Amino acid sequence: MKTTADAVIIGGGITGCATAFELARNGMKNVVLLEKEYLASGATGRCGAGVRQQFGTRINCLMSKASVELFENLNDYLGFDGDIEFNQGGYLLLAHSEATMAQFAKNVALENSLGIPARLCTPEEAKEIVPHLNTEGLVGASFCAEDGHLNPFKVTQAYAEAAQRLGVEVRKFTEATGLIMEGGRVAGVRTAAGDLATPLVLNATGSHAPLIAKTAGVDLPIIGERHQILVTEPVAPLQKPMVISFQYGVYCQQTPHGSFIMGVGDPHEPKGFDQGHSWDFLHRVAEKIAWLLPPLAGIRIVRQWSGIYDLTEDNQPVLDEAPAGCGHFIAAGFSGHGFMLGPTVGRIMAAKMLGQTPPIDVSALNLGRFARRELVLEPSVV
Amino acid sequence: MSEGGERDENTIICRCEDISLADIRRLVERGYTTIDEIKRLSRTGMGPCQGKTCRLLLMQELARATGRPPGEVALGTFRPPTKPFKLGLLVGKEGETRDSQDTGGGEDDGGQGGAAR
Repeated sequence: MKTTADAVIIGGGITGCATAFELARNGMKNVVLLEKEYLASGATGRCGAGVRQQFGTRINCLMSKASVELFENLNDYLGFDGDIEFNQGGYLLLAHSEATMAQFAKNVALENSLGIPARLCTPEEAKEIVPHLNTEGLVGASFCAEDGHLNPFKVTQAYAEAAQRLGVEVRKFTEATGLIMEGGRVAGVRTAAGDLATPLVLNATGSHAPLIAKTAGVDLPIIGERHQILVTEPVAPLQKPMVISFQYGVYCQQTPHGSFIMGVGDPHEPKGFDQGHSWDFLHRVAEKIAWLLPPLAGIRIVRQWSGIYDLTEDNQPVLDEAPAGCGHFIAAGFSGHGFMLGPTVGRIMAAKMLGQTPPIDVSALNLGRFARRELVLEPSVV
Repeated sequence: MSEGGERDENTIICRCEDISLADIRRLVERGYTTIDEIKRLSRTGMGPCQGKTCRLLLMQELARATGRPPGEVALGTFRPPTKPFKLGLLVGKEGETRDSQDTGGGEDDGGQGGAAR
């Protein structure tokens, strides 16, 4: 087994696997990816698996638009013999207040200026898109037909297997416990199976990123917060787009498989690494969904689970090297939209690690912004 | 391998999601040798019965494929609810719906599902 690597990726979710692939694709020969469980066992495999381009910040619009373009051809791009199951049924974002509608108007103007085909809708137009939508109290909506849904397990598999074909070594069930620092620079990674010498590390461990960062002497202000989710039995096609209400903190999408995936936010969810679930969650989802999308009340709940959001103060990730020049790169803090940004983040982080100019300027997402109070607040998250 | 090889590869392992033994073996060949991975990559055990039948069949196949005793194959997480029930059950009168859930509720819930508020 190798004991040295040109770069080590910590974390086998979409961010880690996409970056590993892009590094290899750009010629890096000796890359090792460490995953403490199986691939996509963390936030990637637990997320709602939606993909949208409707955001409130320029940087998120640019990253998500580039990701959708990659997703559209990802099977070919990665030479995947399976299918990532990309289905572009759109995203319908609901405004139940004038303030939300005003924010959507700003977002749509920004999105259109960047080539994202989103549009504002009246409640009547929203009902044309989702005929079973209860429009009581609805002020309006924002819709983008290019948004959609993907299978996160297949996407991660596709990236990991493509990376392996290019020589990346994927070590599953191998936990990285910290970094080895020498003279202020990364010298290696400690793992449960022995040390691995390397000058370059990507910390793509989601809510666990602060634990790794701490071993490099870096204080990373990311907090884990549990988010619960459920899936129903598969039924005949009923609802094309994802429906989200930021006001009620609820989202609901029918997957290509026929099942509905839905969740609701709760500010009282435990902080930390809890991946349990509560009966109470089912009640809260049922109450909101049965009111908002009445026919769904007749569909059976099959399974509930949870995942951990890696939250930052401005709901935006840290995409940076910290301390500067030390070889410890961070891609974490995605605050609930890491899966959909994954392909682009992989390209960005690979470019940064190779000393190249990233395809999108993400310098605003540096770590120092929290201390300097230069936040890049994303207003449209659930 | 020898023992398992005698089984008909067209045997359905997961009836809910229509996954055959051959489907499972293709994933094992690619290095996915845990129930957690095979469940997520193939949907084995993700259907309405939640793996009540297939999880043990999968465990046996993985034990054979990896040369471990079945008892050493991790079963993965069992997630609620134990039995599927209509979402609308939770929005009616709370006490009654909880009772019907506690008693198993049957395959159906008497169609009170549409009772939205």
